[in-house]
Amino acid sequence: MIIQVSKLTKKFSDLLAVDGISFSVEEGEIFAFLGPNGAGKTTTIKMLTTLLKPTSGKILINGFDPQIEPNKVRQSFGIVFQDPSLDDELTAFENMEFHGVLYKVPKDLRRKRIEELLEFVELWERRKDLVKYFSGGMKRRLEIARGLLHHPKIFFLDEPTLGLDPQTRYHIWSYLRDLNKKEGITIFFTTHYIEEAEKMAQKVAIIDKGKIVALGTPNLLKEKTKTDSLEEAFIALTGHEIRDEKANAIERMRLRRRFHR
Amino acid sequence: MSAIYILWLRQLKRYFRSRSRMIGSLAQPLLFLLGLGFGFGPIYQRAGGGNYLQFLTPGILAMTVMTTAVFSGIEIIWDRQFGFLKETLVAPVSRLQIMIGRTLGGATVALIQGLIVLLISLFFGFQPKIFSLPLALLFMFLVALFFTALGTAIASVLEDFQGFQLIMQFLIMPLFFLSGALFPLQGLPKVFTLIAAINPLSFGVDGLRSSLINGAHFGLGVDFFVLTILTMVVLAIGSFLFSRIEI
Repeated sequence: MIIQVSKLTKKFSDLLAVDGISFSVEEGEIFAFLGPNGAGKTTTIKMLTTLLKPTSGKILINGFDPQIEPNKVRQSFGIVFQDPSLDDELTAFENMEFHGVLYKVPKDLRRKRIEELLEFVELWERRKDLVKYFSGGMKRRLEIARGLLHHPKIFFLDEPTLGLDPQTRYHIWSYLRDLNKKEGITIFFTTHYIEEAEKMAQKVAIIDKGKIVALGTPNLLKEKTKTDSLEEAFIALTGHEIRDEKANAIERMRLRRRFHR
Repeated sequence: MSAIYILWLRQLKRYFRSRSRMIGSLAQPLLFLLGLGFGFGPIYQRAGGGNYLQFLTPGILAMTVMTTAVFSGIEIIWDRQFGFLKETLVAPVSRLQIMIGRTLGGATVALIQGLIVLLISLFFGFQPKIFSLPLALLFMFLVALFFTALGTAIASVLEDFQGFQLIMQFLIMPLFFLSGALFPLQGLPKVFTLIAAINPLSFGVDGLRSSLINGAHFGLGVDFFVLTILTMVVLAIGSFLFSRIEI
């Protein structure tokens, strides 16, 4: 088991974001975290990746506890966040270089991998361009390349295809599946696109209101709920109610910026 | 070490790439030098103070370095907003190294900005003591370090730009006006002398002034000692606050 989580809980002052969830992911597996907006997906990923401290519960990533050996955990995974996390004032190459140095990839190996990876996501020609001139899809591809630079065992993707056109989505998933097959890298992704979870994942956890309401292969979930598609199973499990997510300070700031533009 | 270096390098690259920021932050010190330096020159001379531009320039240098440094520290808020902070925080590098790399980067940028103003002031007729220039550089760097770390500490607890104006109005401006950058601290009302004596910038201004043109108020040794201690304290506080950042 490369990821083991038991009774993981995160409480914010007035909100129980993640409520005692337990699950595990096997090495080489593609695991989807499926849930409506505000279900606790991102909070969970943040706890798994050392960005947030859990209120209680136990996490083991590649055998290490994020609270005790955060740097060993950090070395074990790569991540693509929901929002871009690139430096817009640096070039694509410089963003890669920055990452490689922080993760202590030796220079020759680093340069070789940067070329391979940028070729892989079809950005090598654009390596000298500042990231601020990139489209959303290009940025996401660059983040994927960057997240793989230190050859992580686990690749976390938080809503990897959100806001992308079908072509880019298709491309991104073909890279990821390729990687999973060839390198045996474990992929953990969150999504609220049901067909994405159904097509790509070997195992799906459906999370709602901070709790895992179902866990298993897509087929198993359909059988359990006696439905024909994962979509129906999803609705059967999580209900019809529309969710409102609370905006945090940074999202509020982004919203304001949009207004001012 | 390499992590510190790459964080430092990133700050410098960003600085050299944003010409508008560089030029924008030169406007204020130059305006002060010209407006105040030449405007008050004759009165200062008549009052027996000598050449006002000579007196003023070290103060303006300290101000330039302080302002640039505080804003370099505060850049963390930008990184938070644009998501880049997450990339640094998931990296397998100790928070202390991240803090040091950033602070050194910000301080270097502030130092460069100070040097540019120093260079320009020479054209306005400023005449520093050449042989003690290295000492002046040391003081500029100390001021830069202190205020970058202070900016980082502030930015670690601010979530967004809400408090930004407050910092400008209630931190940078008061520190500048009550530091002896614009006027001699000798012979002022007691309260004023007291305020100046608890203002970190005063020691930077004094150190710079005594190394560039003579005329110390506190004395070089005191300036150096106080600034070094304060810098270490604020670096420690900043590192602590930075290490507690959760996104």
